[in-house]
Amino acid sequence: MATQTPPSEGVVLFHPHFAGHDQISARTLGFWLYMLSDALIFAALFAAYGVLNNPMGAAGGPIATQVADPVEGFWQTCAVLGSVATYSLGTVALKSGNKGGVMFSIVLAILLAFIFLGFEAHDLLDLLAKGDGPTRSGFLSAFFVLVATHGLHMLFGIIWMLVMLVQIPLFGFNANVVARLLNLRMFWQFQATIWVILYVYVYMIGAF
Amino acid sequence: MQVAIEGPWSPLFGRLTLDAIPYDNPIIIGTFAFAALAGLAVAVPVLYYNKLGYLWREWLTSVDHKKIGVMYIILGLVMLFRGFADGMLIRTQQAIAVGPTSPGVLGAQHGFLPPFHYDQVYSAHGTIMILFAATPILTGLTNVVVPLQIGARDMAFPYMNALSLWLTTAGAILVMLSLFIGDFSAAGWVGLIPLTELPYSPGVGVDYWMWAIQISSIGTTLNAINMIVTIISMRAPGMGWFRLPVFTWTTLSTNIIGLTAFPVLGAALALLGADRYFGAHFFTAGNGGNLMLYTNLFWIWGHPEVYFLVLPAFGIFSEIIPTFSEKPLFGYTTMVAATFAIAGISWTVWLHHFFTMAAGPDINGFFSLATMLVGIPTGVKVFNWAFTLYRGRLTFSVPMLWSLAGLFLLLLGGITGMMLAIPSVNYTVHDSVFVIAHFHCMVLLIGAAIFAAVAYWWPKVFGFVLDERNGLRFFWSFILATAVVFLAMFALGFEGETRRLDYIYDPAWRPMLLTEETGMGIYCLSIFFFVRMIYVSLRDRIPVPADPWATSRTLEFLTASPVPFYNFAVTPQVNARDELAWRRAHGLERAQPQAFEVIHMPSNTGIPFIIGMLSLGFGFGMIWRIWWLAGFSLLGIILAVIIRSFDKNLGYELQPEEVAAMEHNLATAGMFAEQPARIQLTEAEAH
Repeated sequence: MATQTPPSEGVVLFHPHFAGHDQISARTLGFWLYMLSDALIFAALFAAYGVLNNPMGAAGGPIATQVADPVEGFWQTCAVLGSVATYSLGTVALKSGNKGGVMFSIVLAILLAFIFLGFEAHDLLDLLAKGDGPTRSGFLSAFFVLVATHGLHMLFGIIWMLVMLVQIPLFGFNANVVARLLNLRMFWQFQATIWVILYVYVYMIGAF
Repeated sequence: MQVAIEGPWSPLFGRLTLDAIPYDNPIIIGTFAFAALAGLAVAVPVLYYNKLGYLWREWLTSVDHKKIGVMYIILGLVMLFRGFADGMLIRTQQAIAVGPTSPGVLGAQHGFLPPFHYDQVYSAHGTIMILFAATPILTGLTNVVVPLQIGARDMAFPYMNALSLWLTTAGAILVMLSLFIGDFSAAGWVGLIPLTELPYSPGVGVDYWMWAIQISSIGTTLNAINMIVTIISMRAPGMGWFRLPVFTWTTLSTNIIGLTAFPVLGAALALLGADRYFGAHFFTAGNGGNLMLYTNLFWIWGHPEVYFLVLPAFGIFSEIIPTFSEKPLFGYTTMVAATFAIAGISWTVWLHHFFTMAAGPDINGFFSLATMLVGIPTGVKVFNWAFTLYRGRLTFSVPMLWSLAGLFLLLLGGITGMMLAIPSVNYTVHDSVFVIAHFHCMVLLIGAAIFAAVAYWWPKVFGFVLDERNGLRFFWSFILATAVVFLAMFALGFEGETRRLDYIYDPAWRPMLLTEETGMGIYCLSIFFFVRMIYVSLRDRIPVPADPWATSRTLEFLTASPVPFYNFAVTPQVNARDELAWRRAHGLERAQPQAFEVIHMPSNTGIPFIIGMLSLGFGFGMIWRIWWLAGFSLLGIILAVIIRSFDKNLGYELQPEEVAAMEHNLATAGMFAEQPARIQLTEAEAH
């Protein structure tokens, strides 16, 4: 193919002042890919839960109906979706460059996340107190690890939000801060999506 | 929430006691002496020539993709040597410990390795060769080459690139530490379950194996993200998708595999960790655990990992064969399609690693067919290479010879692989050394591609010739050794020798085992020639032009050799699929940019190195259950990430005059030249 078209006088060999690449979109793409890898971790955990969620896996211990309360899970779902909604309202404020609005919505999102984690901690500690901890059976191991891994993601998101609460007033909306806020929105949406799947798969199916 | 463990434990040192150091084992003491001497051989010149600062400023803190790639490759070569030494021990043990009257020394009844030690050696051999030799070397090659091939100044995320390197290094250091402090896993590189569970492996060996893989595979996943984003969003103007060099295509597909496969391994190992550290019951033999769950999860990573390694090798052949045939690659589009077909099929074949483990004929049938499907795109590739060679103007340089040898190994490994894909055949040879010989053909094909790539891109990266005389000797001795060792091993497989034997009960196998040992001797010779090749090249330093082969086709050969640290003074415009070949055909290959411009560069940073060392501390703390060390290291990692996020890090700018001066005197621009301290940009200047 090399000699198909003879180069004319106007052939361009170098591209000076190449505008380069959009940093924010590259970071967003990178973050999407990270979430893909994270989704695969959850896929493996859901698979493990599916394999161990049977009488054999429960090894005589409690089964899903006895450990997963769909009503309590419903309040948790409200909290986590509320948190995502408040954060998303914050990104509306980001569009108009409103620092106060963004920070206020982040504080609200953190509060709702803590409510969620409070429910979850109460749930898991209760099971531990009854002796139905992850060491009881293969099924409970899978239940604890699945729920706790999601909880750890929320904790990680809260730490990230706290850092942003410092960086917004410190740096303003520079490229770094905006990229982080956008990625954080995706991350927050991602963990909520995982929770919805978890709620359906573990709490709702488990209840019946 | 600490589970009951055997032996003493103290809050300060965890399970670590002086007994953990195997000072009574002469093999390990000898290894330690060798490692210490090798360390001194590096440290003394660095200190003598006062290069510690250079090492820190220009290498350990570097975010330059070429230097990171070179460091990846050095790490991989060191681990390759370690893995080879393990292979040597395995083969020597099997050559000695034949029959009930065979002698035994050093506490072994037969041979010189007692079973527990021997088991660690083969576990380490597999783990190291796959995860700490082949993976880092290929990652290093893609790191060096891909940004140059697509005309970029660096990776999309230079800082994360350095982080990947140092996480992988931390994992490799953990594997090395297990030699001298404590034990390594004795449960095979695949982590045979439930042998890896705490009751059956109460020591720290499995923990070493688990954390080393876990930490390094985080590095691999981050690198996969980086590579994919780089290829998608950093291509030079004019480089549409179907002008991408095939090596870049294979890198893209391989990293899509890496991105989706490594997290599953991480999850499998984390669940094993939950069993070992918290007393969970994911994979235990009782209490509701499921053994096949582990086996499936491991191979859902394990099989794609094989293609993660082999696809870049295919990419390397696709670069080298056209260059030395002086023809464009035959069937570019089908090559790309075949690459993605192989990547796609890689997720659907994992069960063929355990056909004999309780799956019904329908399931075995599905995975058998899926496995055989791999042969179709691979066949397409082989025919494409063959037609590229056909009526080409062939030059049998060292990289070309490695590539052609790789094709023969691919044929041998591929055809035996097709045999193994038939479950009924698999039942007879399962766990025999026939399987071992098969996959060694495949990994040695990857090895051949690696040595081809090193020979091909060495002059580009370092700017001087890689000695051809010793390169040829290295090639021929290596290939001869491969034939001697693994053809004999195929025969032994058919004779029924199973894998992982520390004692050979059938003396009839002795002649073939001694043949294999002879082959190992030839491998030793090939290592000598390799070292000599490097030594002679470093000694003579015969400089090369930008395109050392004069027939190269892709963009990386457009810029100077050694590559300037900013890659391209001015971003090239891509006009054809094989840009350099196109320019050469039009007499434009020496065309230089008319004017220079400001180049924006990222600043070096020590934080990736620090995070790498903290993860080493975290891994070591977890392995020995030194909770304070693990806790503080983890906290340190989180703090380092947060601190880094407050660093404005706007990099620095090279002014056009500076670039012009460096382009005029390229010795000052080469990636190894020590650069003066640069002034970081302030926020006001950047906008």
